[in-house]
Amino acid sequence: MKGCEPLCLGLDIGSTTAKVVVRQGESVLYERYERHFSMVRQKAAELLEQARFVVGDAPVFLAISGSAGLGLSEVVGVPFVQEVYATSEVVRRLEPDTSCVIELGGEDAKIIFFDGGVEERMNGSCAGGTGAFIDQMATLLNVTADELDELSLHYTRIYPIASRCGVFAKTDIQPLLNQGARKEDVAASIYQAVVNQTVAGLAQGRKIRGKVLFLGGPLYYCKGLRQRFAETLGLSAENAVYAEYARFSVALGASLYAEKTGKTESLTEVIDRVRACRTDLSASTRLPALFDSPEDLASFRARHGKNTVQTADLSSYTGNVWIGIDCGSTTTKLAVIGEDNTLLYTYYASNRGNPVQIVREQLIEIYRLCGDRVTVCGSAVTGYGEDLIRNGFGVDYGIVETVAHYTAAKYFRPNVDFILDIGGQDIKCFRIRDGAIDSILLNEACSSGCGSFLETFARAMGYTIAEFAEKGLSAKAPVNLGSRCTVFMNSSVKQSQKDGASVEDISAGLAVSVVKNAIYKVIRAASACELGENIVVQGGTFHNDGVLRAFERELGHEVIRPSIAGLMGAFGAALYAKRAGHSTLLSAEELECFVHTSKSVLCQGCTNHCHLTINDFGSKKRFVSGNQCEKGASLKSEGALPNLHEFKRNYLTSLPTGENRRGRIGLPMALGMYELLPLWNGIFTALGFETVLSPLSTRQIYEKGQFSIPSDTACYPAKIMHGHIAWLLEQGVDGIFYPCLTYNVDEKAGDNHYNCPVVAYYSELLNGNVEELSGTKFLYPYLNINSPRQLTKELQKYLSQFFGPIPRGEVRRAVKEGFAAYDAYMAAVRAEGEKSLAFARREGKRIMILAGRPYHIDPEIGHGIDKLATSLGFVVVSEDSICHLVAPQRVRVLNQWTYHARLYRAARYAAEHADTQLVQLVSFGCGVDAITTDEVREILEGAGKYYTQLKIDEITNLGAVRIRLRSLLGALEEREEKR
Amino acid sequence: MSKELYYIPFTEDMKKDYTILVPNMLPRHFKLILQVFRNHGYKLDLLETDGPQIAEMGLKYVHNDTCYPAILVIGQFLDAIQSGKYDPHKVALVLFQTGGGCRASNYLSLLRKALGRAGYDYVPVISLSLAGIEKHPGFKLTVPLLHRLFYALIYGDLILSLTDQCKPYELEKGSAEALADEFTEQLAAKMEEEGVSYKKVLRNCEEIVRRFAALPMNRVPKVKVGVVGEIYVKYSPLGNNNLAQFLVDEDAEVVMPGLLDFMYYCIYDNVLDYELYGLRRLTHPIYRFASDFIIEKQKGIIDLIKKEGTFRPPAPMTHTVERVRSVIGLGTKMGEGWLLPAEMLELYDAGVKNIVCTQPFGCLPNHICGKGMMKPLKDRHPDMNIVAIDYDAGATRVNQENRIKLMLANAKEQLEQNPET
Repeated sequence: MKGCEPLCLGLDIGSTTAKVVVRQGESVLYERYERHFSMVRQKAAELLEQARFVVGDAPVFLAISGSAGLGLSEVVGVPFVQEVYATSEVVRRLEPDTSCVIELGGEDAKIIFFDGGVEERMNGSCAGGTGAFIDQMATLLNVTADELDELSLHYTRIYPIASRCGVFAKTDIQPLLNQGARKEDVAASIYQAVVNQTVAGLAQGRKIRGKVLFLGGPLYYCKGLRQRFAETLGLSAENAVYAEYARFSVALGASLYAEKTGKTESLTEVIDRVRACRTDLSASTRLPALFDSPEDLASFRARHGKNTVQTADLSSYTGNVWIGIDCGSTTTKLAVIGEDNTLLYTYYASNRGNPVQIVREQLIEIYRLCGDRVTVCGSAVTGYGEDLIRNGFGVDYGIVETVAHYTAAKYFRPNVDFILDIGGQDIKCFRIRDGAIDSILLNEACSSGCGSFLETFARAMGYTIAEFAEKGLSAKAPVNLGSRCTVFMNSSVKQSQKDGASVEDISAGLAVSVVKNAIYKVIRAASACELGENIVVQGGTFHNDGVLRAFERELGHEVIRPSIAGLMGAFGAALYAKRAGHSTLLSAEELECFVHTSKSVLCQGCTNHCHLTINDFGSKKRFVSGNQCEKGASLKSEGALPNLHEFKRNYLTSLPTGENRRGRIGLPMALGMYELLPLWNGIFTALGFETVLSPLSTRQIYEKGQFSIPSDTACYPAKIMHGHIAWLLEQGVDGIFYPCLTYNVDEKAGDNHYNCPVVAYYSELLNGNVEELSGTKFLYPYLNINSPRQLTKELQKYLSQFFGPIPRGEVRRAVKEGFAAYDAYMAAVRAEGEKSLAFARREGKRIMILAGRPYHIDPEIGHGIDKLATSLGFVVVSEDSICHLVAPQRVRVLNQWTYHARLYRAARYAAEHADTQLVQLVSFGCGVDAITTDEVREILEGAGKYYTQLKIDEITNLGAVRIRLRSLLGALEEREEKR
Repeated sequence: MSKELYYIPFTEDMKKDYTILVPNMLPRHFKLILQVFRNHGYKLDLLETDGPQIAEMGLKYVHNDTCYPAILVIGQFLDAIQSGKYDPHKVALVLFQTGGGCRASNYLSLLRKALGRAGYDYVPVISLSLAGIEKHPGFKLTVPLLHRLFYALIYGDLILSLTDQCKPYELEKGSAEALADEFTEQLAAKMEEEGVSYKKVLRNCEEIVRRFAALPMNRVPKVKVGVVGEIYVKYSPLGNNNLAQFLVDEDAEVVMPGLLDFMYYCIYDNVLDYELYGLRRLTHPIYRFASDFIIEKQKGIIDLIKKEGTFRPPAPMTHTVERVRSVIGLGTKMGEGWLLPAEMLELYDAGVKNIVCTQPFGCLPNHICGKGMMKPLKDRHPDMNIVAIDYDAGATRVNQENRIKLMLANAKEQLEQNPET
């Protein structure tokens, strides 16, 4: 019987692996799963040959699937089946009682619902949480994927890690590692992030329940990941199904589809066709080669070979030395310099997830080489791990990275105008004017093409970073990969692989992308002359000659790359340390008995409940990190400074809630409610409703609602709204009110007074996506808040539909009271703003306008940045508390949103006052801020002020925020010293 | 308030020897519209350039988080100015914008900023917007011109719709496009020769329908795919990686709701401003008149398509508006607003259940009106097969096409099970 059934072959070529299945009836004759390292055609031919070896050259039904298989199927002329479709074929055949399939691949994540109408979903373009992401994270932890899995099974706690995409997650994980979090916990947290991403990003409101089938490579291999899925979804053992064929489901589906095509093929012929089409059929565009000839490369190298520093051997040196440590996000660097700045010892290596041990080993080694001839006179540390290392080892100075890098760059080029540092995770650029740092630009998550990104690609293709870089130099036609974030770049690489690009061309293309990303996204320069004459480039990434070349090309200008490009932070720190006379650094003996343990706890200091990591360095010293304010670090703050964000929060949360005569109305404390709460609260309480205000956001509130978010690229302030609605629904209120407001309050300060589309119409989205809302009265009328008369009319008509007739006169009075309450609130905010300014000036404190939208005062959205700022010595005011002190602004864009008109005025205030700085909070995904940030920057920089932008999202790495604010402080201090 | 800055008026002198560059959005419509302008003494050039250098140019001069259409349009302008084909001192640019609370109303400012950065701040930019236009003495939308433009739009919609309805079925490849080209050539000239009156337009439309209906066709059941979304990426082949052609190559029939719907939406929103908020007390009768005018003219076209009987006519806007009310409030008027779910419903009612919803990555109104409306639409109509595709300078074609292919695979299965629809 068996022999009569036809042979069916399915070939699945995904983003990282290729799979083949040969099936006859129900039995699988052959299956194979291999990584293809981008050599799609070769691997396809190989797999088919191996299959032929087993099944011979009888006619087969054949189909190709997978994201990288699309192009191949076209040129080879073999039927193609979309992979999700292929999967559902298999499931319908093999597991017909399945309710839901979750399939994770290398770069795609998919969900298929079978219950209640088949629905298939794939992740959008902005998404992480896939196999490639897990690989990247394993690299970061310096373990294999298998080890990561093993580690994850022994976790004790889960840290919140951003699940929006791999780049975001990485910026969350790195500080955890640097702060000494346990790898086991981090591993499990990574898996949890994958689960959250899948559930929040793909389920989009549909509940995952019933029998769930898990497919794809990662879910086949990673036991810890399965555990996290089952736990998060609350699945019983029989409902969480892990199929034996999990890795092959798509290939199997393709083989089922093949049978339907009704056309058989000879394997030998297909293999020949695959082999024959190896010629370049590139559809993706190419760039000119980085180097025209070997001579070109040689002269380039000779030119850059000149920027060196004198070196000598520490083991034969006698005299005084200074040590600089740069504890970066992915690497740790050390430099030891002598009296004439000769470089005596250097170290540069990956953190391997534990910088403390590395620094200890290195210091011991340095002391050993020093013997009795050498005295360590001073030390300084910079970088992410600054606080940790300084506390642990008694380092003399902790300095901000910008200062360290500027110090080092000055050594090579005293008249440097511009410094660009591309490190593992960060791109930092600063302009120098009159010997002081003039402006600082740092990359954001979405402009994250940096060193670790090149390294990840190198590893994925099976090369070391140096080999990979070297390959790029000989590329004939580098691929044009664009310059979006890493996740996008992944798919660009995928596309070019599909088109048959070589590793050389990909390497060179990536180098160009890194450069374009830095120039156009981070620096935002349109031409070289905007950067200045003397440009120093540094950071480990510039050791890659391809990156350096691409940078000079793109700029049309020669730059200086010091030979110690990767060590500049440490070298700068060592130079800085020379101001010390005697060092407090741990001695060689102390290092011998140095111990370091870390544990994590939940801070009970306030409702923020920060995740703290407590590092213990032997008997006397400990260092606490992860805290958002001083409380957790058990530091005494010197009498809290004025903080308008705090003031507004307190005011809004203590409004009277009224008596319940007509019912209880829920008001979600999110988005526009932060502005208009006094108005609505005033109206409803005057009408005899009791108002129930949802509490200030926490992570838990967000998680309550994350299942119903339909668009995962919307801003966090919008997404958090779902949680507030869920919370209010739990309170059993009679109605929930969040109106649609096309127009905001007209303050006569701009061309118009709109709300942004999200603030204006989010209720429409809630109504359509939060099913539970159908169980209550969801009130979202379209209202005009600039005419009390119109508002009265509309509200009376609208509310009477739900709560019985309400007399017009009563509504009119309520509206009047509402506006009185709103006016009182705004007056109080302004008065407090002026009071804070006066206080700061009396006490000689710096003033920070922490500007954004009203809802950025939400502690979960603002992540306690206001408190961080006061702890750094700033008096914090909000944009709406001081903008009345300046006339409405004329800007070069359409000034048509109420909130942004305030922002421009606040920027003008900062521009006109020497003691005032403006820091702009920008929510990730805020399209409007793509327009406002440039304007605010222009207003400030036009007046010679610093512009600091903090991009915030679901999870924000406060370590990075602290560095930025400290850089700002450092630059301000330096400027003042100059004067 | 910001309007004086960078504002270079297009003078009457300029009209004589300046070339006005127009970004391409809807090839069919724009060719007609440009011809109408030419007949009125303007020199215009439609930018039909493509290639990755356009997006790159845009990324260089515009904040990279800005919406993709702005990056493309501005990139296309700068690319053209720098191409050497034009004397930069003898070009002007024309930009279409909608205005309103969406950030797209800032395209004009962004373009002027970009021109300034690139050293072309002397180039005049004419903004064509329903929300009003700046003073350009050399560029006046006179009543006869507007009248002709309106009918050019009617013609454009009709020809586009009929071409799409013929293309997958034509026996002679390219015959529908050729016929469309022929009409595009003729119609603008005809307007000048015979003048414009609705009667004449209807007569011409009848001929168009008749001629298309006469093309040799093999009407086998094929998958029908509706395309909706943000106006630029919905229509512009540069913006959507030539989506319409991709779908035709995949053996599907493309159904694109016309530009008239969008125009109606823009005008009707002003009527709604009065009804919802009591705004525009004085001008609202004008908007009311304009929207009624559109409805009336559209009806004539619908009737003659129905009468001929071969083709699927567009749905009357009055019906579309009524249809969408239960899904979303008509006050949602930023970006494509309520029009987006309305068009999806319109398509569904016409038996087009497969829909590609196109949007620029991170499009704010689309969070609400596109992605935010999919669940409520599917709740009502479980057989709707919608895929949302993000377009962006960094998004790759392979990812977009893979997702569209998934939608198509399901659509084909549906078609096999139920060939009637």
